[in-house]
Amino acid sequence: MKFFGFVIVCLTGGLLLYGTMDLPDWGDPGSPASTHLSDYYIEHIVEETQVPNLVTAVLADYRGYDTMFETAVVFCAGLACFLLLRDFRPGKDRYFRHVPTGVMLHFKNPDTRLVAGNEFEHMDKEWVPSDMIIKTVCRILIPFIQIYALYVVAHGDFSPGGGFQGGVIFGSSLILMAISYNLKTLVKRVTEKFLSIFAAAGVLIYVGIGVAAMLMGGHFLDYGMLAPLLPSDPGHIRALGMLGVEIGVGIAVMAVMVIIYINIVSEGRHDEGL
Amino acid sequence: MGDILPLIVAKYNFWLYIVLMMIGLYAMIAKNNLMKKLVGMNIFQTAIILFYVSIGYKHGATIPIIQGGHGGHSAHDAVIHAADYINPLPHVLMLTAIVVSVATFGVAMALCVRIYQRYQTLEEDELRMRVSEMITHE
Repeated sequence: MKFFGFVIVCLTGGLLLYGTMDLPDWGDPGSPASTHLSDYYIEHIVEETQVPNLVTAVLADYRGYDTMFETAVVFCAGLACFLLLRDFRPGKDRYFRHVPTGVMLHFKNPDTRLVAGNEFEHMDKEWVPSDMIIKTVCRILIPFIQIYALYVVAHGDFSPGGGFQGGVIFGSSLILMAISYNLKTLVKRVTEKFLSIFAAAGVLIYVGIGVAAMLMGGHFLDYGMLAPLLPSDPGHIRALGMLGVEIGVGIAVMAVMVIIYINIVSEGRHDEGL
Repeated sequence: MGDILPLIVAKYNFWLYIVLMMIGLYAMIAKNNLMKKLVGMNIFQTAIILFYVSIGYKHGATIPIIQGGHGGHSAHDAVIHAADYINPLPHVLMLTAIVVSVATFGVAMALCVRIYQRYQTLEEDELRMRVSEMITHE
């Protein structure tokens, strides 16, 4: 099988390398990909949308449908992870730690109940005390990462950034919290309900902006029609519409990243894991 | 041999990406572990993303953010030359491709977790053995 695979790979690679002879040279301004549509985008986007970041403008305005279904794909990925892995059965073995003394209690009967108040802490089998240096550094860093994520979302129109990137940065700040403390700390602060609602709300914001444009008499996702709704310069309305869409994308991506992470590391039980 | 060297130099980006892509394809075909296959798939996707982004590159051009476009009206006066900015379209397409790759990777890992929960292994030959054992027991 290995040899067979190697032969296939060599054949495919050889064919592809032969095919590169017809491709344009690296960085050639006259290559077919960089002449027809690309020139139109570069020369007309600023006057049509007043958004200087061409990538955001193409993503959220000219290819708005594509991005909307992309957000739906992300939402579906989160949903698929949830449906595949989520396990609501309580674990058979449960462990509690008596905080003042550090004594561990192991419950084998799933029916026994222990009121986990201030003295007892529900915990994992492979529990290790979190390292103080890691905890402190992450506690200081996480707010700055989140502020940066919000900046990336909000400035997507003017500088490199946008909803996908900002959402991923925000999600990774929450994942960092789960890694540096433990999963329970994250799940306690950011509940599953919160994440599910946010994932759906992100897609809903995107579709809602599109439907709002339809209700105002335009086409779906025609941001220019939203002008009467917002007290703003009418020329700037497309940038605002894109910002709204990017916020929706950012929220959905943030929530879905965290949902995927939590479900995979804890095998759907949301209690232990990294 | 004298002909092929300038050809490689002019298109070395494509050659590098094809080598990377073939590494990913080989991992997907020949590796026994499902997780390694997934890593191969990710390498393959990364090679395609690099390929597309390199298509959008132009010599002497800058990133596709219009200079002075922030100010609003002043941008209308200045003429924008397409040759000054790289092609934004491949970047947009690859932004969405990255998202798809994250989504597929997440779902694939969830499937791997389920497979491991059921068969206690991710090695392909052991999996095949366990599945056939289960069928004969039934």
